[in-house]
Amino acid sequence: MHHHTLRLLAAAVALTVSSALPLAAQAADKAPATSAKPAKADAVLAAKAEKLYLDSFDPDQPRTHLDRLKQDEAMALCSQYKDNPPPAVRAKIEKAQLETIRFPVEGRLVGDWKKGEELASSGRGGHIGKIQPDAKGTPRGGNCYACHQLATKEVAYGTIGPSLHNFGKVRGYGEDIARYAYMKVYNAQAFSACTNMPRFGYHAWLTPEQIADIVAFLMDPESPVNKD
Amino acid sequence: MRKQRRGTPHAAAKRMAGSLAALAALATLTGTPALAQDKSMDEIAKYREMLADGNPAELIEMRGEELWKTPRGPKNVSLEQCDLGLGPGKVEGAYAQLPRYFADAGKVMDVEARLVYCMQTQQGFSFAEATKNWYSKPGKESDLVALVTWVGAQSNGQKINVPVKHPKEAEMVKMGEYIFHRRSGPQDFGCSVCHGQDGVRIRLQDLDNLSQSKGAQKAMRTWPAYRVSQGTVWTMQRRLIDCMRQARWPEQKFPSDAVIALEMYLQNKAAGGVLESPGIKR
Ligand code: HEC
Ligand code: HEC
Repeated sequence: MHHHTLRLLAAAVALTVSSALPLAAQAADKAPATSAKPAKADAVLAAKAEKLYLDSFDPDQPRTHLDRLKQDEAMALCSQYKDNPPPAVRAKIEKAQLETIRFPVEGRLVGDWKKGEELASSGRGGHIGKIQPDAKGTPRGGNCYACHQLATKEVAYGTIGPSLHNFGKVRGYGEDIARYAYMKVYNAQAFSACTNMPRFGYHAWLTPEQIADIVAFLMDPESPVNKD
Repeated sequence: MRKQRRGTPHAAAKRMAGSLAALAALATLTGTPALAQDKSMDEIAKYREMLADGNPAELIEMRGEELWKTPRGPKNVSLEQCDLGLGPGKVEGAYAQLPRYFADAGKVMDVEARLVYCMQTQQGFSFAEATKNWYSKPGKESDLVALVTWVGAQSNGQKINVPVKHPKEAEMVKMGEYIFHRRSGPQDFGCSVCHGQDGVRIRLQDLDNLSQSKGAQKAMRTWPAYRVSQGTVWTMQRRLIDCMRQARWPEQKFPSDAVIALEMYLQNKAAGGVLESPGIKR
């Protein structure tokens, strides 16, 4: 918990700093070889587009809702490079993201696969706005099936990410794999900058304990991910 | 095509009765969570076919035509002098060329923004009145959506051909592209996460690559659309505002300039796609 508060504080500071000089910094980062156009024109357009975007949101909603639009450094860089940053930027993002990872207080990385299965199935939680928000207190799910195949009995799976069926069986049931799975779900960008996969632990969308349950769903030999 | 076989309202209503029964059956089917994917795809294809002859949106389209022609608002005039980009009162083909820059308003507008503008300037409605009921729910149909549906249908069979002559139009395309790739929120989403690759799906919903012409054409040519799962017609503003909700972002104003920028970007990618409007979707 304490770690989290600290990390959020650090992120808030980083945000304030980066929003003071985002465009100049981004323009300086841009690889000159990729575009013949002056970086300055891009920066002016980006600033204009950013303003148009933010001004399009209904101001009559809680500050915490509008805060969801703020970008951390990884988001800003991924947007700028359309999710395909050059190697140096990629390495920089991955290093910074790796440092955000926190482990469960109890130290157990493999929890209860049944709870993990529920979390992997649920796409609920976190919808806001006046039109169709989630009811207050709706538990947040990991929604893994939106993008991954997991247990074969669930046929309504998406394909944005690779199939994770037989994850433990194929990768092995060892501690190192469990640790990798935990870290991947906590902060996917620690391994692949600008991936389409959300950073579940980093955003505190899921708790470390919930992530450990999801790891069990991937790693327990008794889990339908490996058994069926 | 639709225009040719459009008969009396009575005939259309009769055609509709059959399709509505089919839709009710589909709603039951798609309500089953673990429905086998192939089966669900088959069913949707089947219903599309059944509905080819009678999209429930046609009833809404007819209401839109009525609303266009009826004197309304404090000034008690119809919308028949509204300029949707091709000149006052010219509706045929207008949707295929929207959004576009309007000199009188000094900005790029989509079909909804423009209709709201005409309702204000010509009929004397306040902005709040014109936008109050901007989207439809079963049992609470929106006048604005009916108007958009009718206007959209008047471009049926036309090629999407959005102008990028004015500097503001060109700029909107670029700003749309910027927003399409902008990542934020507690799930790190951007439009590109769900719509930036070929041949993927989320759960069972196939997602086209909207950053490519082929995918954008396929998606954009069938809007506004009757959405079977929602039981009513959705416009592009409604579609994108809901994608933003799914992305866990806050809610937009209506009409949203960010949506107009995205529409500009997507319509541009979709240039040449032949409109089949109103469409019918999951
Ligand atoms: C919006 C899409 C999306 C969601 C939701 C998502 N993932 Fe992923 N995931 C991906 C993509 C894309 C990759 C491949 C690229 C990468 O490695 O980041 C991936 C990769 C992975 C990998 C690495 C696979 C390997 O072979 O190394 C694991 C493990 C994983 N996801 C687990 C999960 C779990 C568990 C959840 C739910 C809590 C989840 N993902 C939710 C998109 C997603
Ligand atoms: C979390 C995933 C997700 C995100 C993020 C997302 N969408 Fe969507 N989008 C969907 C789904 C799911 C559908 C509906 C597909 C269906 O019903 O078959 C959809 C539908 C659409 C359609 C209609 C496609 C068609 O074939 O008719 C458009 C256009 C679209 N989205 C654009 C966007 C834009 C622009 C953004 C960013 C502002 C965005 N989406 C963000 C998931 C997403």
